[in-house]
Amino acid sequence: MLAGMTANVVFGMLRVAILAAALEAADGEIADYDIAATNTYVWIGQGLLGFVLLWGTNELAERVRSGDVVVDLYRPWHLQSAMLAQDLGRGGFAFLTRLAPPMVFGVLLFPFQFPASSAQWPLFLVSAVLALVVSFACRFLVDASAFWLLDNRGLYGFWNVTSGLLCGLTVPVSFFPGWARDVLWLTPFPALMQAPIDVFLGHGDVTGVLLHQLFWAVALLGAGHLVLQRAVRKVVVQGG
Amino acid sequence: MADTVYPRLIGARLRSQMSYRASFALDLATQALAQWVELVVILVLFSHVNALGGFSKEEVLLMYAFAGIAFGIADLFAGQLDNLPTYIRAGTFDVLLLRPLGTLPQIMVSDVRLRRIGRIAGALAVMVYALAQVSVVWTPAKVALAIATPLAGAVIFSAIWVVTCSVCFWIVEGREFANAFTYGSGAFTSYPVNVYSAPLRWVMAFIVPGAFVAYYPSLALLGKQDPLGLPGWVGWTSPLVAALAAGVAALVWRFAVRHYRGTGS
Amino acid sequence: MIEVRELRREFRIATSKGLRRNHKTVTAVDGVTFDVRAGEAVGYVGPNGAGKSTTIKMLTGILVPTSGHLRVGGVDPSRQRRDLARRIGVVFGQRSQLWWDLPLQDSFDLLRSIYRVPAQDYRTRLDECVELLGLQETLLTPVRQLSLGQRMRGEITAALLHAPELLVLDEPTIGLDLESKERLREFLADINTRRGTTLLLTTHDLDDIERLCPRLMVIDHGRVLADGPLDELRAEVTPERELVIDLREPGPAPDVPGVTAVRSEAGGLRHHLTFRRAETTAAQLITQVVRQVEVHDLAVVEPEIDDVIRKLYQRQLDQDAHR
Repeated sequence: MLAGMTANVVFGMLRVAILAAALEAADGEIADYDIAATNTYVWIGQGLLGFVLLWGTNELAERVRSGDVVVDLYRPWHLQSAMLAQDLGRGGFAFLTRLAPPMVFGVLLFPFQFPASSAQWPLFLVSAVLALVVSFACRFLVDASAFWLLDNRGLYGFWNVTSGLLCGLTVPVSFFPGWARDVLWLTPFPALMQAPIDVFLGHGDVTGVLLHQLFWAVALLGAGHLVLQRAVRKVVVQGG
Repeated sequence: MADTVYPRLIGARLRSQMSYRASFALDLATQALAQWVELVVILVLFSHVNALGGFSKEEVLLMYAFAGIAFGIADLFAGQLDNLPTYIRAGTFDVLLLRPLGTLPQIMVSDVRLRRIGRIAGALAVMVYALAQVSVVWTPAKVALAIATPLAGAVIFSAIWVVTCSVCFWIVEGREFANAFTYGSGAFTSYPVNVYSAPLRWVMAFIVPGAFVAYYPSLALLGKQDPLGLPGWVGWTSPLVAALAAGVAALVWRFAVRHYRGTGS
Repeated sequence: MIEVRELRREFRIATSKGLRRNHKTVTAVDGVTFDVRAGEAVGYVGPNGAGKSTTIKMLTGILVPTSGHLRVGGVDPSRQRRDLARRIGVVFGQRSQLWWDLPLQDSFDLLRSIYRVPAQDYRTRLDECVELLGLQETLLTPVRQLSLGQRMRGEITAALLHAPELLVLDEPTIGLDLESKERLREFLADINTRRGTTLLLTTHDLDDIERLCPRLMVIDHGRVLADGPLDELRAEVTPERELVIDLREPGPAPDVPGVTAVRSEAGGLRHHLTFRRAETTAAQLITQVVRQVEVHDLAVVEPEIDDVIRKLYQRQLDQDAHR
C-alpha cells in the first residue's frame, strides 16, 4: 500500500506543479481555478482515482474468454447487482485507504480550499458514491463487450487511455474550450470525476451536477442490465 | 562479434505478437492515442496561457516529443521489467538463470512490446512539427544532437527502469514503487523542469536524471539560457549522462541478482 | 560428475509481528554430502519442503550455497553459471523454458542459437529426439496448444539439444497420464544407457525410480537420510513384505511356516500375509499357499516409497535420540 501511495503522491505533485505553472502564467486563475482550488482539485482527483476505480481489471472479460462466466451466469443471483455490491464494498474500504490519504496529504502540504458550507460535505459523499456507481456501470459495459468481441482488450485499452482525459482527471473539464466542455457534459465522463470535485469546490450548480450523475448511473446500469440479458440468451443459445 | 542470439529472440517475440494480429493493430492505434491524449493536455493548457515556465507552446511540445520518443523506445525493451515480480514468483527467472546468457538482456528481449511503436510514431510526428515551428540555428552538431537526444533519453529511461525494478528482488510489491519513477519520469520529462518545486526537481531531474532526457538538450537546440542557471554546455552532455546511468544500472542489476541467488527462495 | 560436501543453504525469512519486523533463519539444506559418477542415474526423493528443490537450484547455479563445497562437471556452479549452463540440461516439471506462443520448432531453433549448437549436430540430435519421443506431429503447433504430455516431451528435447553431460529433472512426470509417463521413462532410460548422460531426478512417483534409477537418495529436513539401491533400502528399512491373496471361497488363512496372517477382509475372501524377505522368497511362499487353498488372485505388495521414507526418518530420529 505504501508503494502504491508513493506513485499516487508523485503523480499528484507532478500535476500540481504543471497546473500551478499554468496558473502563474495566467495571472493566478484559469476558469474559476486559483491555486488553492487547483491543489484541492488535484488531490481529490488522486484520491477518487482509486476510490471510483477508473481503470478496472477486465476480470469479467477474462472469464468470458475462458468460458468460466457460465458458472457466474447460472448462479441464483443477478450478476450485475452482485458485482455492483462487491464494488461498493470495495469502495467502502478504498474510501479509507485510497481516497482519504491523498486528500490529507494535500491538506497538510498545500493550500487547500475547503467547502464553503458544511452541507457540501455530505453532498460530496453522495456525489463520490454516484461516481463510483457510474464508474462501475462503465467498466461493466466494457467488460461485457467481451460477450460479442471475445477479445475486448482493444476496447479496454481504449477506455483506459481516454477516460482519464475526458472525465477531468488530467485537466479540469472547465479548462477545455467552450464547445468541448458542453459536449463533454452531455456524456457520462464528467460524472466519474469532475462532478464530485465540482461539488466539493462549489463550482457550478450542485443539483444539476448530482442529477447528471444520477441520470447516467441509472441509464448505464440499465444498459448494462439489457446487455447482460442478451448475453445470457446468447450463451444459452450457443450452449456456453 | 557475430552474435545473432538477441535479434533472433526479438524476432521470435515479434512472431508471437503477430499471432494475435487484429488486437495488435488496435493496440498500435491505442498507443498512438495515449501519446496524443498528453498532447491534448498541453494544448488545453496553452489555450489559456502563452508560456509555461517561460517556454512557448512549440518549445514545450519539442520537450514533450523528445520525452515521448525516448520513453516509447525504453518501454519497448525495458518495459518488460514490469513483469519481474511475476517472473520471480512463477520461477521463470530461474529458467533465465539456467541459460548461458545474461539475465537482463534475456528479460529485455523476452516480451518486446511492439505496440509501443504506436506511441513512438505519435511522438515522432509531434517532434517533426515542433522542430519545424521553433527557431533553431541548424548546424551539423545540432542535427546530431536532435538525433542523439531521443536515443540517449531512451537509455536514461531504461536505466531508471532497471534500477527501480531491481527493488522487486527485495520487496514483493516493489512494482508500484518502481512505477512512480518509471512512468513518473515519463510524465515529468514532458515539461520544462523549472516548473517543478525544488524537492521534486532534485529527485526527478538530477538524482533520477530526468532533466537530461529532454529539457537540457532542448535548451541547447533552442540556444536558450537555463532559468535554473546551469551553463549552456550541459545540454550536450545527455549521451554521457546516459552512459553513466547505464553503468549504474548494470551494477545495481548485478547486485540485485546476486542478492536473489544468495537469499531467493 | 557431481561432488557435494557438507552443502548448506539458509534462508532469511521476514516475519512481521505487528509493526516489528523480524528475521528468522531457516535451514533448507543442512550439510548434504554425496557424489554422482558420470553415467549414473540417481533418484532424489523426499517430502515437500525437504530441501530437494533447493539442492537442485544450487547444483544448477541458480542459488549460491551458504557454505559447503560443490562441483558439477568440475565447475563451481555459482561462480561459473554460464559455463555450467552449456554443459547441463535442466527440466522443471512446472515451469517451461519453451516459448509459449510459438511453434515448438521455433523454440528449438532459438535454443540452438542460445547454446550455439552447430547446425549438423542440432539436426541429428533433434531428429533423434523427435523420432524417439514421437514429436513429428507437434513441431508446428504453438506450445500453448500442446497437451501436458506433449509439452513435457518438448521440454526434454529442449534440454538435450546441446548434448548435456548431466540432465537434471525436477518432477518430470508430474501430472502426466500413464502412457506419457511410460514413454518418458523409456526415453530417459535410453539416453542414460546409450548416450551415457548422467541423470538426476526428483520425483514423487515411485515408479519413476523403479524404472530409471538404480540408485536412490532420500532427503528430509535438509539432510540425506539414505543413499543406495532402492531394493537394498527397502530390504533394510522394511524387512517384511506383504502377500495379498483372494480366495475362491471364503475360508481361513493358509497356515505356512514363517508367515504371519495380518488381517482378513470380505468375510475371509481376502487375506493379508506378511513374510520376512530374508527368510523366504515370494515364489516359495506362493507355491506353498496354492497347495493349501484355492487362490483366485494374488499380489505381492511392496512398501510404498512414502512408507520407506517415513521409516527412514523415524530411524534417524531414534538415532539422534540415542546420541
